[in-house]
Amino acid sequence: MLPAGAGALLVELPSGEHAEAFHAELLRRRARGELPAVREIVPGARTVLLDGIADRTPDGSARLARELVSWKVPPLRRDTGEAVEIPVVYDGPDLTDVAAAWGVTVADVPRIHAGTEFRVAFCGFAPGFGYLTGLPEHLHMPRRATPRTRVPAGALALAGAYTGVYPRPSPGGWQIIGRMPEPGELWNPAREPAALLSPGARVRFVAAEVRP
Amino acid sequence: MTGAIEVARAGALTTVQDAGRIGWAHLGVPRAGALDAPSHRLANRLAGNPADAALLETTATGCAVRPDRPVVAVVGGAPCRVTVDGRPVAWGTPVHVPAGAVLDAGPAVQGLRSYLAFGGGLLPEPVLGSRSADLLSGLGPAPLRDGDVLPLGHGGSLPAAPDTVPWPGAPAELVLPVRLGPRHTWFTDQALRTLTTATYRVSPHSNRIGLRTEGPALTRAHEGELPSEGMVLGAIQVPPDGRPVVFLNDHPTTGGYPVVGVVDETALAGAAQAVPGTRVRFVSAG
Repeated sequence: MLPAGAGALLVELPSGEHAEAFHAELLRRRARGELPAVREIVPGARTVLLDGIADRTPDGSARLARELVSWKVPPLRRDTGEAVEIPVVYDGPDLTDVAAAWGVTVADVPRIHAGTEFRVAFCGFAPGFGYLTGLPEHLHMPRRATPRTRVPAGALALAGAYTGVYPRPSPGGWQIIGRMPEPGELWNPAREPAALLSPGARVRFVAAEVRP
Repeated sequence: MTGAIEVARAGALTTVQDAGRIGWAHLGVPRAGALDAPSHRLANRLAGNPADAALLETTATGCAVRPDRPVVAVVGGAPCRVTVDGRPVAWGTPVHVPAGAVLDAGPAVQGLRSYLAFGGGLLPEPVLGSRSADLLSGLGPAPLRDGDVLPLGHGGSLPAAPDTVPWPGAPAELVLPVRLGPRHTWFTDQALRTLTTATYRVSPHSNRIGLRTEGPALTRAHEGELPSEGMVLGAIQVPPDGRPVVFLNDHPTTGGYPVVGVVDETALAGAAQAVPGTRVRFVSAG
């Protein structure tokens, strides 16, 4: 339980899995009205940030901190909710490097990736960008030694434990294995909800045909 | 009566801002909103608006607009010369701008960001409940360009202004109260002493995302990579060059560099008005 200024607490968990389970529990308790008012609940890789704790008295954060550590958090349930399906074309520039690192053929990469069930561990970096976990540890990829100055919108990429799809063009050091043909779907403020991917959502990638 | 304002001179960087986009940080959406929140609220109050109405935030060089209906306007925040069709009018208090006249807020004499509130408020399309421009992710109305037209809401007549109004001034020296954490243990004891004893200066690379500083580098006790975690407003993030960056309203909602401490939110209005080169001292908030 780490302080983050006068009105926020950063809760550190032993693993990404624990962080996801703790985040899910926070949302359940908030929905039941059992959580003191907080403005933002922001999951991270191994943390959950509670920001804008309404009780700003000197003891407010400390009381909430004591309450949080007393919780019994059930393990993450893997079977809730409909999976979001994201159509992708596996034709990225780093396919060969990823195949070599995984010790498989280039044709195996899409099969393995599309056969994996992902979950949105947390968001950030840009609206609509989700950090998706699900690949087993031996398939985790280091970042590229030299980041690209421009990664196009829709790039499907891997880094560390995560898979993600870039909602808009940006610099980036992730390994690109494919692309989402219609990345505008990831983030559309005119739609409800604006983000296709929100923390906790299940995600499957569906390999689309390569059109000439 | 509704109406619109046309941008006659956009200035270096003028954006529409309200109280910000709250409640979407988990989707990677920054809060945005006026950097100098007290000036934003006060300008609105003097213009007869709700405190959170949308207005214009200028940067260093001011801006000029032409309303198509008579409007009450307040130019506050950073002090500047204010004119209506070339005639000087009062800064920091409601003035009447006739239809078709040009209201010009000149370059900031002190500080950095002036606020132009109009009776009825500005009404560009809200995005996720806010009309604020967010420069990190590009949500909300784009920074103004000459010729842009922005819709105005219903405005009334000149509200009664109090005789004196306490506008916060630009700081000669920026004193930022800091609470250590969440990652102060990633830094050496010497670095923590340096943070609260050394004098930094505001870097010209500062923007709405962060107040960058120049000064002694903070050395890490713990190398290695921090897994991305949620970031709060006022967080002092320390990138690999060791120079503290204080996160302002357009900051990324998660980040991977350690946060040595957090600046009290009440001090951030001063940070919004500190021109490049201003001395910065981080002091313990207890």
